[in-house]
Amino acid sequence: MHKIFASILLLFALCGLSAPVFAEEAASAVAETIAAVAEVAAPVAEVAAAPALVPNKGDTSWMLVATLLVIMMSIPGLALFYGGLVRSKNMLSILMQVFSIFALITVLWAVYGYSLAFTEGNAFIGGFDRLFLKGIFDPMTGSVANAATFSKGVVIPEFIFVAFQATFAAITVALIVGAFAERMKFSAVLLFSGLWFTFAYLPIAHMVWFWTGPDAITDAAALATETAKAGWLFQKGALDFAGGTVVHINAAVAGLVGAFMVGKRIGYGKEAMAPHNLVMTMIGAALLWVGWFGFNAGSALEAGGTATLAFANTFIATAAAVLSWLAAEWLLKGKPSLLGAASGAVAGLVAITPACGWVGIGGGLAIGALSGVVCFWGVTGLKKLLGADDALDVFGIHGIGGILGALLTGVFNNWSLGGTGIADYVANTVVNTEIGAQVWIQAQAVGTTILWSGVVAFVCYKLVDLTIGLRVTAEEEREGLDTSSHGERAYNY
Amino acid sequence: MKMITAIIKPFKLDEVREALSAIGVQGITVTEVKGFGRQKGHTELYRGAEYVVDFLPKIKLEAAIQADQLDRVLEVIEKSAQTGKIGDGKIFVQSLEQVIRIRTGETGPEAL
Repeated sequence: MHKIFASILLLFALCGLSAPVFAEEAASAVAETIAAVAEVAAPVAEVAAAPALVPNKGDTSWMLVATLLVIMMSIPGLALFYGGLVRSKNMLSILMQVFSIFALITVLWAVYGYSLAFTEGNAFIGGFDRLFLKGIFDPMTGSVANAATFSKGVVIPEFIFVAFQATFAAITVALIVGAFAERMKFSAVLLFSGLWFTFAYLPIAHMVWFWTGPDAITDAAALATETAKAGWLFQKGALDFAGGTVVHINAAVAGLVGAFMVGKRIGYGKEAMAPHNLVMTMIGAALLWVGWFGFNAGSALEAGGTATLAFANTFIATAAAVLSWLAAEWLLKGKPSLLGAASGAVAGLVAITPACGWVGIGGGLAIGALSGVVCFWGVTGLKKLLGADDALDVFGIHGIGGILGALLTGVFNNWSLGGTGIADYVANTVVNTEIGAQVWIQAQAVGTTILWSGVVAFVCYKLVDLTIGLRVTAEEEREGLDTSSHGERAYNY
Repeated sequence: MKMITAIIKPFKLDEVREALSAIGVQGITVTEVKGFGRQKGHTELYRGAEYVVDFLPKIKLEAAIQADQLDRVLEVIEKSAQTGKIGDGKIFVQSLEQVIRIRTGETGPEAL
C-alpha cells in the first residue's frame, strides 16, 4: 500500500516544483504592479516607431481549429488506433492510458511544462516565467499576451500557442504506451509519464523549438543576440517543422527502452496475440490522418502559404506511404492488408511531420513513398533484430519514420529538389540550404534526441521499478488489465 | 428415438434446415462452434507476426427424431450439407433414452 502512496507523493513532488511560487507571487505582487506600470510605459516610446502587433483573426481561428484537430487525433484517434490492436481483454486499459496521460500532461503543461519548454532560460531548458501560465492574461486591461510566429509582424494570442503545444506534449507521451501495452501497471504508467515528460520532453522541445521570434532580428548583431537565446538544436539550424524529433523519435525511443525494461508479454511469440478489432484501428488511423492536418499545418502558426504547403504534403505523402506499404506487403508477404494500409498512413504522417513545411510536393511524395517501405521493414525485419516486444510497433513506425523524415528533410529542403530553403530574417529573404551540411545538422538533432530520450527513459523506468514496480502480476496479466486494473470490461456480450 | 449431431459448414445451415423441415423434423438446435478436422486452417498476418489459425468456424446442429425417421434424416442432411470439398463435416448418431416436453410433461415420442 505504501508503494502507492510513494508514487502519489512522487507525482505531487513533480507538481510541487511550483508550490513555492504561490508564496513568491504574493510577496512580489506589489513589485509586479510597479513593474507593470513601467511595462505599460515602456512600449509607448516604441509605438511611435512600430505600432503594437494585433493578432489576425484568421490566424487565431485557424490555430483554434488546428488545436482541436490535434486533440481529436489523440483522443479518440490514437486511443482507438492502439485499442483495436490489443487483445479484447486489454482494450479499456489502452484507452484509459491514452486518456489519462492526455489529462495528466495537459495539467502539468499548464503548471510548469509550458514555462520550461517555451520561455527563455538556457540552451537546454526554459525558465519559470510562465509557471501556472502567469503573465499571459492581464486582468487589469483584459488583454492576452501575444506569441511570435515565423513571420515578422505576425503574432497569435499566446493562450492558443500554449494550448496547441500542450496537445503536442500530451500526444507524445501517450504514443509511448503502445510499446509496453498489455502488461504495465496503471500507476507505473502515470508516474513514468510525469517523469519522462519533465526530463525528456520539455528539454527536447526547448532545444529544438524555442526561439524568441523573428521580430527582434533586424541586423546581423541582433540575429546573433536572439539566436543565442534559442534552444541548442535550434541554434544549430535543425529543421523540425512539426515534431519529427520532439514528438516521434522522442516517444519511440522511450517506448523501445520501455519494451526492453518492462519485458515481453507472457506468451509472446508462442500464443496468438492478434489485434482484436481492426475496424477500430482503421477508424483511429483515419482520425489520426485528419487530425494530423492540424498538427502539421497548424505548426505554421498562421493561416498562410506555408500552412497550405504543410497541408498538401500531409495529404500527399501519407497517401504515397499507404500505397508503398501495401506494395511492399503484397510483394513480400502475399496479401495486402487493412492493417498495412493503416500502418502505412501513420508511417507517412510521421515521416512528413518534420518536413511538411520545408519540402516541396515532390519531396513529400518521395518521403512518403520511402517511409511506407522502410517502416514496413521496421515492424518486420528490424523488429526481429531488436528482439523486444514493442507491442504496437511504436519504434518500428514512429522511430524509424521519424528518423527517416528528419534526415530527408535535410535533403529535400534544397531548392534543386523543390524544397523551400530557409528564411533569412536579416535580409528578409529566403536562402538555400546545402544538402550535406543540413543532413549532418539533422543527424545531430536525431542523435541528441535518441540519446537524451533513451537515457532519461532508462532512469525513469528504473525509478518507477524501484518505487512501485513496472509490471502487473502474471495472474493479472493473464486475466487482462481491463478487469484486473480497472474493474470493467470493454465488451459485455 | 435417436439424437443426431451434425457438424456442417456455416453457409450450408439454411439449406439443411429447409430440407429437414420438409421431411417433418419438428425442431433443431444450432450452436456456432470451432474445431479442426482434415481441413487445414489458415494463416493470419499482422505486420510482422504470423499466426496459424487451426480452428475453423463450423455449425453444430442437434436434432432429436423418431427412430423410423433416421434414414431419411441422414439422407437429407448428407445431401443438403455436401459441397464435395474437404471440410463438409460429419454426422453422429446416438440412441436417445428419454425426452420430456417441459410445458406439458409429455414424455417419449409424443414429446418430440
